[in-house]
Amino acid sequence: MMQFMLLFSRQGKLRLQKWYSAQPDKAKKKITRDLVATILTRKPKMCSFLEWRELKIVYKRYASLYFCCAIEQSDNELLTLEIIHRYVELLDKYFGSVCELDIIFNFEKAYFMLDELMLGGEVQETSKKNVLKAIAAQDLLQEEETPQGFFEDHGLG
Amino acid sequence: MANAIKQVINEVAEKVKMPSTPTRLRDLIRQIRAARTAAEERAVVNKECAYIRASFREEDSQWRCRNVAKLLYIHMLGYPAHFGQLECLNLIASPRFTDKRIGYLGAMLLLDERQDIHVLITNSLKNDLNNPVQFIVGLALCTLGAIASPEMSRDLASEVERLLKSTNAYLRKKAALCAFRIIGKVPELMEMFLPATRSLISDKNHGVLITGVTLIIEMCERSPDTLIHFKKEHREVVPSLVRILKNLIMAGYSPEHDVSGVSDPFLQVKILRLLRVLGHNDAEASEAMNDILAQVATNTETSKNVGNAILYETVLSIMHIKSESGLRVLAVNILGRFLLNSDKNIRYVALNTLLRTVHADNSAVQRHRATILECLKDPDVSIKRRALELSFALINGSNIRAMMKELLAFLEKSDAEFKAQCSSGIVSATERFSPNRRWHVDTLLRVLIAAGNFLRDDVVSNTIQIVSESTSLQGYAVGQLWRAVSCSSGSLQHDGQPGDLDLQGASLPISERQPLAQVASWCLGEYGDSLINGHTNASEQEEPVVAGEDEVVDFIQAILSSSQSTIVTKQYALTALTKLSTRFSITVGRIEDIVTNFGTHLNVELQQRGIEYAQLFTKHVALRPAIMERIPPMEHKQSHQGLTNGSSGGNVVSNGDDDMLMDDLNSFTTTNITSHSAPATKDSNSLLNLLGGLDNFDNGPAPMVTSSKASTAPSASNLDLLDLLGGLDLSGSTTLSSAPPPITTPIGSTSSSLVNNNLANLLSSPTTQMSAAIPPSSNFLIDGFLGTAPTSPPKLQNVTAYDKNGLRVDFSFDRPVDNPNLVIVTLTASSLYGSTLSDFLFQAAVPKTFQLQMMPASSTVINSGIPVTQVMRILNPARAVLKMRIKLSFSRDGMTIQDQDEVKNLPAALWQ
Repeated sequence: MMQFMLLFSRQGKLRLQKWYSAQPDKAKKKITRDLVATILTRKPKMCSFLEWRELKIVYKRYASLYFCCAIEQSDNELLTLEIIHRYVELLDKYFGSVCELDIIFNFEKAYFMLDELMLGGEVQETSKKNVLKAIAAQDLLQEEETPQGFFEDHGLG
Repeated sequence: MANAIKQVINEVAEKVKMPSTPTRLRDLIRQIRAARTAAEERAVVNKECAYIRASFREEDSQWRCRNVAKLLYIHMLGYPAHFGQLECLNLIASPRFTDKRIGYLGAMLLLDERQDIHVLITNSLKNDLNNPVQFIVGLALCTLGAIASPEMSRDLASEVERLLKSTNAYLRKKAALCAFRIIGKVPELMEMFLPATRSLISDKNHGVLITGVTLIIEMCERSPDTLIHFKKEHREVVPSLVRILKNLIMAGYSPEHDVSGVSDPFLQVKILRLLRVLGHNDAEASEAMNDILAQVATNTETSKNVGNAILYETVLSIMHIKSESGLRVLAVNILGRFLLNSDKNIRYVALNTLLRTVHADNSAVQRHRATILECLKDPDVSIKRRALELSFALINGSNIRAMMKELLAFLEKSDAEFKAQCSSGIVSATERFSPNRRWHVDTLLRVLIAAGNFLRDDVVSNTIQIVSESTSLQGYAVGQLWRAVSCSSGSLQHDGQPGDLDLQGASLPISERQPLAQVASWCLGEYGDSLINGHTNASEQEEPVVAGEDEVVDFIQAILSSSQSTIVTKQYALTALTKLSTRFSITVGRIEDIVTNFGTHLNVELQQRGIEYAQLFTKHVALRPAIMERIPPMEHKQSHQGLTNGSSGGNVVSNGDDDMLMDDLNSFTTTNITSHSAPATKDSNSLLNLLGGLDNFDNGPAPMVTSSKASTAPSASNLDLLDLLGGLDLSGSTTLSSAPPPITTPIGSTSSSLVNNNLANLLSSPTTQMSAAIPPSSNFLIDGFLGTAPTSPPKLQNVTAYDKNGLRVDFSFDRPVDNPNLVIVTLTASSLYGSTLSDFLFQAAVPKTFQLQMMPASSTVINSGIPVTQVMRILNPARAVLKMRIKLSFSRDGMTIQDQDEVKNLPAALWQ
């Protein structure tokens, strides 16, 4: 089971955090700080896996963003790379060649997407189409609630 | 007054001016990103937070959603956002989907199962789980799956169970993972989900299939009963999993689930994992899955990571079930192929997996030895580390020569962090598999040369031990060591011929090779005469290494005078030099000068040694040959004892059994002898004379020995000194009376063993031990000496710090004389029930007034009978009462055990 997923930039700025196991806020901050520092100092030719406490860390860089997952000993690290890749593909489809700015300004959408791909630290849907369909339907629900022309001012904006 | 009024007016104006619509999320993000300094960012955030708080207080529901969204962004930047928790609940309770969507997102980010607020959210969740809109139910399930606490799990399990049977696949898959989370929190609830779970793996929808398989894995791993239930009640489970897997690999291209030509790798991997759980220790189930595993192993496209992910999982399953031997070979060969893959991630995974299987299928792994050794050259440190561990696991009697060649080459080139690990690994491997003594000695010497200062101390004591044991190779060892040190010290020439052992790579200065200098000093001191006589060849055919007395003394003098030599090295060297004075003839005068000079050395230990040894050149010159007699070959002992012996070059007090004598001899000449009769007053007098005289005693604490006092010692003290030799020869016995001194002395059985004790201290290496067995009836004068002598810390009892879960951790203590504030704790972790414990991690915490330094453990794997040791250095400048909490984690039989405890029985002598 995945314990948490972090997205952070090359400058070390956190862009998304998803915790599947309960941690006190302080611990979350410390873990994030430690991992960001460790991963940013690793050279590109090094492998994508780290042993860290009793967890395995799998990370991969896509353009300016690092995707970092913590999995348990019995989990498959190669497949975790595929999960990360699937998530990136989904974001890419949704935003249309996604970039870091899309995730900064629409961070809630990035969370929604992750929540349709994974649940409780496990993959819930293996079809890209189904994930995107669910997201589109929910976005539509949201739009229908907001009167036309009213959205800019009254929605999330 | 006027100012105050103005301020109030301004504030009111601000309030009125407050924008009718709050800052949009997008604008806030822009503002924050525009901030150029951290302070500027903080100002923007604080202002916005103040506004959001105010708006929350006013219970403004129109903008709540936007405000919470902004707060979530602020939360991600690391600012406190707990005040938004209740607002999230308000949003969840709203009928609007947008509100719920943000509310649930906020709940997942701002709450976790530790929050008391859960009682409130449980109600909302219950309502939403019954909502007719599937996406609202979906949001509730998603949130439950992320933050469910045990209470929430109990309250909502029946709702989840109902949804597990829903006709809607979108809800079924989410409910399955919620059930997965719930049984993780409250395993008793498992039974409730069992009936609905079985049907999940007959589903057509891949989402439902994968979540169903995930749920079954969790159930089977959590409860052996459920595992049996799935095996017995549902005999068709394995066949249906096999069918799904077969369809996946055989069916043609399906665009919906295709990943680079592989059909639904996520589902395949999960099914393989469930097969592994079901086939473990079950011959029948294993038999049923042999074929499909072979098919997956041979039919999977391997050009991409995704195919290798499946192969990797297949290999793990093959290794874990009772598979056919052919299949196991296939699995190891897949890993062998992985090792050659250009993708470093795949190489890493392969090494990791091989490491896990090497004990079960050693011969199969052996075939990939060359590839594994090749990985030692990998630029990636994690791959290097794995390859190194695996290489050590592969060493056996038949391949040790070839393996060692590679490992020594690696040792020479590797970074500091690998040198310690690699050299200790080589030492223990040679101990187990050396083809012969000569090779063993050669290898140890190579390690000393290649690893420089990055050696663990055990290597020094081990090498000395081996050299001492191998009586026929002592001369040879001295010769080789001499060649090594004389080419690395640079200033010294040697005219020896190159022998078999290639030491020419020794280019580092000797100051970078303190361990080598220590071993060389010890061996020169013991067997230096063979270097002069040319008895340094192991066989007739070889050309011996020869050196002149002056060269040897030059070398030792260079060590002694170098500012880069450590104190321990100098202690080795000084003792060696004194010993050489009895083995050499023409340089005795020089040696005496050098030794005498140390009488004024700044370091107290060296000064004391200098004065004591100088006595052996002047007053007690007659005793010198006997005292400096060659140490008899040390008896063999287990390597782990050597390990415990090795902190900071000193001794660790062991538990006072016969073994201790050998321990002591190992790091020089300390002996412990207990008295059986009260010493005669005359003896004590002479002892005290030697140690500085009665005057000092009368004045209270006796400082270090001063030479002026010692020079007044009556000649009778000779007799006592001689007894020391009795002590030295006393291997195996702890009482003087039972082993009469082998040297003819005029003193007989009336000698005082306490004298022995103290004299032993005089000759000992930096840390010395006093026997705790000194009877209380012993002479008060001696007692006084014992109480004040800085070189005699009280004996410290070993303590068992932890004894649970099949792991026992013992502490032994040492307080070095030169730093009484320092306590060196050597912990020995041993496995109790013959099982192998892996991933051993020991952590300790001490109060803030202490400083704790943990050295790396000798290994993370504890094999039964081979304890792991680890050294902690605790600095206690305040001499406070030492308290320690420890935290341990290790895996036994694949189960990770974590525990923490307080060490209660620490001896008070540690801080007194």
